[in-house]
Amino acid sequence: MTDTRAPSKSATPSAGVSRRTLLKGTAAVAGAAVGSGAITGFPTIWAQNIKNVTLRQFGTGVSNLNAVADKVKEDLGFTLQMTALDSDAVTQRAVTQPKSYDIADIEYWIGKKVFPAGVMQPMEVKKIKNFDKIVPIFITGKLTPDSAIAQGTAPHTVGFVESKDSTKFAKAPTDWMTLIPTIYNADTLGIRPDLVGRPISSWKDLLDPAFKGKASLLNIPSIGIMDAAMVCEAMGEVKYGDKGNMTKEEIDKTLKIMTDAKKAGQFRAFWKTFDESVNLMSSGEVIIQSMWSPAVAAVRAKGIQCVYQPLKEGYRAWGGGLGIAKHLSGLELEAAYEYINWYLSGWVGAYLNRQGYYSAVLDTAKQHMSPEEWAFWMEGQPAKADILSPEGKVMEKAGAVRDGGSFQDRMGRVACWNAVMDEDRYMVRKWNEFIAA
Amino acid sequence: MTLTAETSRPSATAAAGRARRVRLAPRLAPYLQAAPLTVTLLLFLLVPILTIVVVSFWDYDSVRFYPDFVLTNYTELLTSPVTWKTYLNTLKYAALSWAITLGIGFTVAYFLAFHVRSTTWQMLLFLVCTIPFWTSNIIRMISWIPFLGRNGLLNSGLISAGIIDRPLEFLLFSDFSVVLAFVHLYALFMVVPIFNSMMRIDRALIEAARDGGASAVQTLWNVILPLSKPGIAIGSIFVVTLVMGDFITVRLMSGGQSASIGLMIANEISLLQYPAAAANAVVLLAVVLIMVVAMLRVVDIRKEL
Repeated sequence: MTDTRAPSKSATPSAGVSRRTLLKGTAAVAGAAVGSGAITGFPTIWAQNIKNVTLRQFGTGVSNLNAVADKVKEDLGFTLQMTALDSDAVTQRAVTQPKSYDIADIEYWIGKKVFPAGVMQPMEVKKIKNFDKIVPIFITGKLTPDSAIAQGTAPHTVGFVESKDSTKFAKAPTDWMTLIPTIYNADTLGIRPDLVGRPISSWKDLLDPAFKGKASLLNIPSIGIMDAAMVCEAMGEVKYGDKGNMTKEEIDKTLKIMTDAKKAGQFRAFWKTFDESVNLMSSGEVIIQSMWSPAVAAVRAKGIQCVYQPLKEGYRAWGGGLGIAKHLSGLELEAAYEYINWYLSGWVGAYLNRQGYYSAVLDTAKQHMSPEEWAFWMEGQPAKADILSPEGKVMEKAGAVRDGGSFQDRMGRVACWNAVMDEDRYMVRKWNEFIAA
Repeated sequence: MTLTAETSRPSATAAAGRARRVRLAPRLAPYLQAAPLTVTLLLFLLVPILTIVVVSFWDYDSVRFYPDFVLTNYTELLTSPVTWKTYLNTLKYAALSWAITLGIGFTVAYFLAFHVRSTTWQMLLFLVCTIPFWTSNIIRMISWIPFLGRNGLLNSGLISAGIIDRPLEFLLFSDFSVVLAFVHLYALFMVVPIFNSMMRIDRALIEAARDGGASAVQTLWNVILPLSKPGIAIGSIFVVTLVMGDFITVRLMSGGQSASIGLMIANEISLLQYPAAAANAVVLLAVVLIMVVAMLRVVDIRKEL
């Protein structure tokens, strides 16, 4: 009974919202058309037509921001509809309902599952103005020419396909890009410094018996297994060829250690959604757990100490990007390119950087940020003034330093990327056994 | 009948035709009346279930599934120790929730039916029972979390009262909290049918029992309990099927640390493993149907309705 309710729940609101926003959108378009003529900078032939375009974007909550849709309307004139879903639902919808969206905002590991299904089209590199300025992690996999390539589904490995109609990922950059990177970050463990009682420096501290009954892990198999692997590797219990693509034996060993810890009562809970992780931490049920950066900010916003602890083994990184649905063509396709170029032109980048994420083209984002903001978020320097969120709320007081430091310090120390493994099906089965144990 | 009328008097065809129309209508009426429900059930129950059964034999990879006829979904499901463990766990939740809601439901219904004399008060108190159901069941469930937590109301209350000196950890994210939430959510489903059955018991039977020298306990055991059986059976079907199919209560109240069949299916769906989820759903459906049939074997609910 409850099963049947869940899918309909996720399906109906989005349908309802989209129809409503469509109506609203058309009303706004009509209004804009009446008083138009103000917007310039487009080839004149379709400068008027494009206002009638509506692009439907869907993706995970992190980057489906209404502020972006509003700004698109203002800067580009066309309507962007946003639907936010969780990452599992995004994968499902991208594959099973390819006509229901125009632009998919998905993570790279989701892209690895979705692109081979042939539901999306690659983008022409030469149509992307700031392509040369995209952070090289997404092109070559190396932040600086001499940095090592991290394990897992590194974005550059699924960032290009061989040709326009190919669904095969290219080994080196080509002219056909699958996803334009939008948002990425380096994840680590969140801790309650007031309750852990000692410095935390390694992933293995998650399984420290001192924190028995006070630890938590996220229960999204493809991400949770990575955090588990970081822990097992730090303990020296398991050696991995590639944490992002484990063998069956490595999966077994990793989950054996986790199952033993679970049976010994190490974990208080497993969380699946953002708010669960915030509540576990702020209520004191959990004092050390895998966490996402904005969740740490949310705990701090309640006046509770919480640190996004840098660890000596490095970070687990994730990244998302915009992709274009296969069915898009003509004017709508032009609008999609226009949108993507606008996305990389700085305003969104600054917006994302101010939330504690990173954006794909740093040069343009910098122009939209104050020097104090840039120094705090990107250079790891103490804040010279209060740091405000994009909505204007105080996020950090003057003098605060970002956990983990500068962009180079954080993104330069990525140990592995969120991934989808060849032994995916086996891993998920084993993960379910672990959760049921 | 119409036929004979027609052949014997061919001249009056018009009149006979009218008569046939009038007489055919009553014959069609029951079918017409049953049609909406039949169509609804076919479209929204039978077709989806058949689809699930068909899909459960399909093959899949991490993105797509392919029409096929393979038994791997079933063999993987039935040979995995996790499935058995999860079924045991779900059955444990069902049994515990059933026993506790039955105890509460029977007591509350007995009180309402036999201790409260005036009908107005009965109805008033019955409505009071439904008040918690005015909010969504997710809210009712989640509100337990701050109450039972390590620094929750109950623990801090007990500590400040000096009854315990360290927080009781088993209160939240445990089997205890899962069963507690189930009982809270589903007790009313037990109260209502039992209350209904009890209200139908002829009061003269109870007087007769008392006249015959039966003690209160004997009356309860030999008169009221047997006559409440249909209500108990209906309530039990509600509670057991709801608990067997649940996934969100188990996930939230166990802190994601326990498994149930519903949760297993939800996990598979979220990972695009629809055929595996379908196979799981078919097995669950069979198990629940067997349980319901077993319950109906014990109590003939139609007899009393």
